[in-house]
Formats: sequence, structure tokens, C-alpha cells
Amino acid sequence: MSNIKKAFENGKAFIAFITCGDPDLETTAAAVCAAVENGADLIELGIPFSDPTAEGPVIQGANFRALKGGITTDQIFAFVKELRRDVKVPMVFMTYANVVFSYGAEHFISTCRDIGIDGLILPDLPFEEKEEFLPLCRKYGVDLVSLIAPTSENRISMIAKEAEGFLYIVSSLGVTGTRSEIKIDLASILQVVRQNTDIPCAIGFGISTPEQARNMANISDGVIVGSAIVKLLEKHGREAPKYVGAYVKSMKDAMR
Amino acid sequence: MTNPKGRFGIYGGQYIPETLMNAVIELEEAYNHYKNDPEFNRELAELFNEYAGRPSRLYFAEKMTRDLGGAKIYLKREDLNHTGAHKINNVLGQALLAKKMGKTRLIAETGAGQHGVATATAAALMGMECVVFMGEEDTIRQALNVYRMRLLGAKVIPVKTGTATLKDAVSEAMREWTSRISDTHYCLGSVMGPHPFPTIVRDFQAVISKEIKEQILEKEGRLPDAVIACVGGGSNAIGSFYNFIQDEGVRLIGCEAAGRGIDTFETAATVSTGRVGIFHGMKSYFCQNKDGQIAPVYSISAGLDYPGIGPEHAYLHDIGRAEYVPVTDDEAVCAFEYLAKTEGIIPAIESAHAVAHGMKLAPTMGKDQIIVITISGRGDKDCAAIARYRGEDIHE
Repeated sequence: MSNIKKAFENGKAFIAFITCGDPDLETTAAAVCAAVENGADLIELGIPFSDPTAEGPVIQGANFRALKGGITTDQIFAFVKELRRDVKVPMVFMTYANVVFSYGAEHFISTCRDIGIDGLILPDLPFEEKEEFLPLCRKYGVDLVSLIAPTSENRISMIAKEAEGFLYIVSSLGVTGTRSEIKIDLASILQVVRQNTDIPCAIGFGISTPEQARNMANISDGVIVGSAIVKLLEKHGREAPKYVGAYVKSMKDAMR
Repeated sequence: MTNPKGRFGIYGGQYIPETLMNAVIELEEAYNHYKNDPEFNRELAELFNEYAGRPSRLYFAEKMTRDLGGAKIYLKREDLNHTGAHKINNVLGQALLAKKMGKTRLIAETGAGQHGVATATAAALMGMECVVFMGEEDTIRQALNVYRMRLLGAKVIPVKTGTATLKDAVSEAMREWTSRISDTHYCLGSVMGPHPFPTIVRDFQAVISKEIKEQILEKEGRLPDAVIACVGGGSNAIGSFYNFIQDEGVRLIGCEAAGRGIDTFETAATVSTGRVGIFHGMKSYFCQNKDGQIAPVYSISAGLDYPGIGPEHAYLHDIGRAEYVPVTDDEAVCAFEYLAKTEGIIPAIESAHAVAHGMKLAPTMGKDQIIVITISGRGDKDCAAIARYRGEDIHE
């Protein structure tokens, strides 16, 4: 069991997603610190992948910008090790199965523990394939975070029963990206989840406004915001951290 | 493994977002139900024979055989199918299955455009909506096929992300499927992606080797010594190999697109230059860098321009049952021209990769030996591109 539960100990959690190396690692570090200072309870760090099949155009763009800058997995590990000195909230990696597999799963996951990464989110690793990395994640105390989608239906209880760290509830069909309206009946999904597990549940995909954050926090333990933050990095580049800080504050305030 | 289904050795699996899991489970259940259903098989056989023009011919290439001076060469003429390629076999099967499942909309990826044309054709025939994702680069290389798809009533969406080729078209089709599942079937075009696609597509393409076997036994009274096919994702190759896998005496040879050569970065030869990875729903071989970033691949052939290979091929490679050889752009173009001049058959540039290897292999074999080369598609679509390769400024 990692430190992830600490993120949910002070009311509803705000989880900020930032792609490592977009536009450079110095900016990533400053954006992470700005998010934490303004109330982010957990940081989701994206390791870029060339073909991010679960992402919409905004996060795809961040992946391509970071890779164009020449970022490597080793650079990100060194960066997080350094960042850990300043950042005390839990941090997880969000990436794709091939990034972990290709690095050597054991090497990757043991390094996660060594540098203070608490969990791993892999959108292309469903329940049926989690044995690929789960034994190593348990060995090194890194939580493998499970996702539940609007289409999960009869699979919800099976996934929830074995979930670790926190449960990532996908709010909408399709890929990541901001949406004006979230139409899925999340309350009934959450109800089934609650019958099967006590671990915290955070809702992600499509959330960008304080009002959405408040509504989602009312039915769950926290919200995950990615594309809205990445858009600020896309727009403001190296100047983005102060905008990220102000944005996180507005979202966190709405959830209190 | 929690779920060993759909594995070929260590390869295959279902590495896809949770959002798609119930869709692939539903597909697997429907397929398992219908694959042994007499009515489904009767309808499919009728579509194959009456609509697509099966069985396709196994043609003895006498002039080519004489010219090369070695093994007897037979050509399996998938280019003579309706829509001009083997792709129609899989598409008719999947479209019929989707219809039985109550789906009203087909989406597909396409590289050279052959699979997109086949899907648009099946959608038109069965009264279904159709959307095809095609790399923007490929919409330029294969402009005629884009027009054909539109003529057939499909919507073609050029994909601009990444390298704007086949792998990006697959990614975009997967993204589209996660946003619209209830009425939509993803008609995947090759023996790749998450289980059950590699199995379903193989089964629908296995008609190729079933016919080759019957036809060669009738013509020669024995099995061939080698079967050669080109490999991108590998659907015509697995279709050509499948019914020979148990016949140890038949060499199975897949021809990968080496582009400008396997010692360059401009290649798409996955087995020769890739390593094991996880991408597009499957564990298999992929062209990738040391960090697992999928490599931009290159081939003159838009249909072979893919950084991975189907999981069953990865397995057949590992156990040594099939061989995979690289064939360069240059060799393929020479074979394209050779077959046109020698036999009066213009093969697809994809299929020309298999012809090129056959041309190398035949002279090393005895006159009593037999090679079957699958001509997976016709080459009309490639004429302008090959002319440009030879320095003639022709546009469609």
C-alpha cells in the first residue's frame, strides 16, 4: 500500500495531470509546484508516448511536444527524483504499457519506488491484462491504478474488488479532453463501486470548470483534471506555472 | 495470466482501454456463436462466391517459371476478387457478423486504401453507414482509392497526427470506437489489434489457403514446397499460411517491407528490425526506439507501412514455423514491372514484395518443386506512384 490514500485525507482530492517535458522539465517542475502550493492533493505525471491512443488532441499535443524536445524515460526518472525533495504529496505516473514493458518492467517499477512514485496508471492495461505488471507493482509497493468506464457495467464489481490505490472513474465515452456536459449516470456507477470497495474514487475525463469539479466531487472522493491544465501549458509555455496555480486554486476552492 | 484467451504463445492479448473491453467481449461471444452457425456460413459462402467472385484462381505462371529456370510458380490470384484485393474476404465476414450483432455503422482504418474500399463496399451492400480513417500522407499517395470510398458512400477522414500513415489511422479508429460503441463495429483490416480480431480476421482469410490446398492437389496431386506472401499486419499471409501450418514440409515465407533497407531508418521490416512490445491492443514485434516509442516506419507501399506485425506471425516466427524476409522498395518495384511484362499481371506494390522474393527463391529450387505466391491485390492503384518512383511525372 502506497501513500496514495493520504491524498484523500483532507476532504475531496484535486488531482492534477501534467505531461513531463511539455515544453521542458523546468516548466514541468514549476507547474507541479504551483499546483501543489494551490491545493493539488495528488500529481499525475504523464510520461509521453508516441501513440497515445486514449488521449484527445490536447494531451496528444503535449506528448508530441515533449517527445520533440527529446525527452527520455531516464531523464524523467532523474527529474522526479529531484522533484521529490520539494513535493510531498503523492505522485503517480500515467503512461502506456509499452513504455513500462520496453524499459524492462522490473527495472521501471523498482525505479518508481526508488524515486518516490506511488502509483502507475496505464490506460491500455485493462483488468484482463493486469498480471503483466501487478506482481512487480506489489513487490515494490507501487499501486497499479484501475479504471472504470461508462461501458464497464457488469465488470464494475470485479474491477472494484481488486482495485488498489484509488479508482479512476472515466466520466465519458471517448478520449481525454474537456467537455461542456457530462451525461453519464456516474452516481449509479459509484454506487456499485461503493458496494465492492472502500478505496477512494476519483472522476476524470472531460472536467474543466469549477462547477463541474464541485458536482463531481459531490458524488466521489476527488476529481482528475488533465486537458484543461495541459491547455494552459500549450498556451503559455514557460509562463504557464502561474496560470496553472491560479486555475488549481479556483478548482480546489469550488470543491471545498 | 488472468485470461489466457487469444494468446499465440506470449503474443496477442487485449491491451486496450477499459471503455472497449465489453465491446471486444461482445464481439468474441457473437463470433463464437456465429462461426459454427450453418445459416451464417451459408450467407457468407454466398457472398464469397456470388459477390466477391470466389474461389480465386490458382494460376500456373508458366512464362515466369521458364524464365527463372527453377521451381514451378503458381500465383494465387486474390487480385481478381471484387474490389481487387484479399481484403474483401475479411470485410464480408466482419460486416455480416456486425449486422447480425445489430450494428448499423462500420468504421475502419486503411493504409493503401484497399481495406477502406472493401469496407465501404460491404457497407454499401449491407446498407450500413461507413467511416474510414486514413493517414493524410496515404490519402495523397492513394488519391484514387479515396475517391472510390467516397463514391461508395463512405466518409473518409484524413488523419494528421503522428506520421499521418497507417498506424495513426489505426489509433484514430480506436479513439473513434471508444466514443461510439453501441451502434458501431470497428472493422479491423488485419490480423492485429486486441483479441478476438487476430483470430476472426485469420479465420475469414483462411479461405485463401483452403483453396490453395484444394487447387494445388487437383493440379499437381501434392502440396507446394513453399508459400510466399507479403506481410504488413499480415492478413493475406496468415490466410495463405493457415491451412499449411500443420504440413511441416511446406515452407511458409512472409515478405516484409524493408523500404530503403533494413540497415536504414527508412524501413517497415518489423521482424528484422523490431523487438517485442505492447501496442494497438496486442503484444507482438514492433519497430520502436529504446524507450518504447513507436518508430516512424517507411515503405513505398502504403499497405505495408506499419510498425507492427500480427501476434500469430510473431509466434510462428519464434517457433521457427514461418520465415520472415525483408524486401526493399527497389526489389518490389522491379518485381512489379517484371510480373507485368512476363505474365501480363500488374500486382499491387504490396504483393510485388512477395513476387520479388519468389524471383530470388525459384532459381535456387529444383524444377520438380512448387512455389505458391499470393498476389494479394491488383496494382492499378500503384501505377502513378511507381511511375513517379521511376522519374515520370504522372498524376491520377
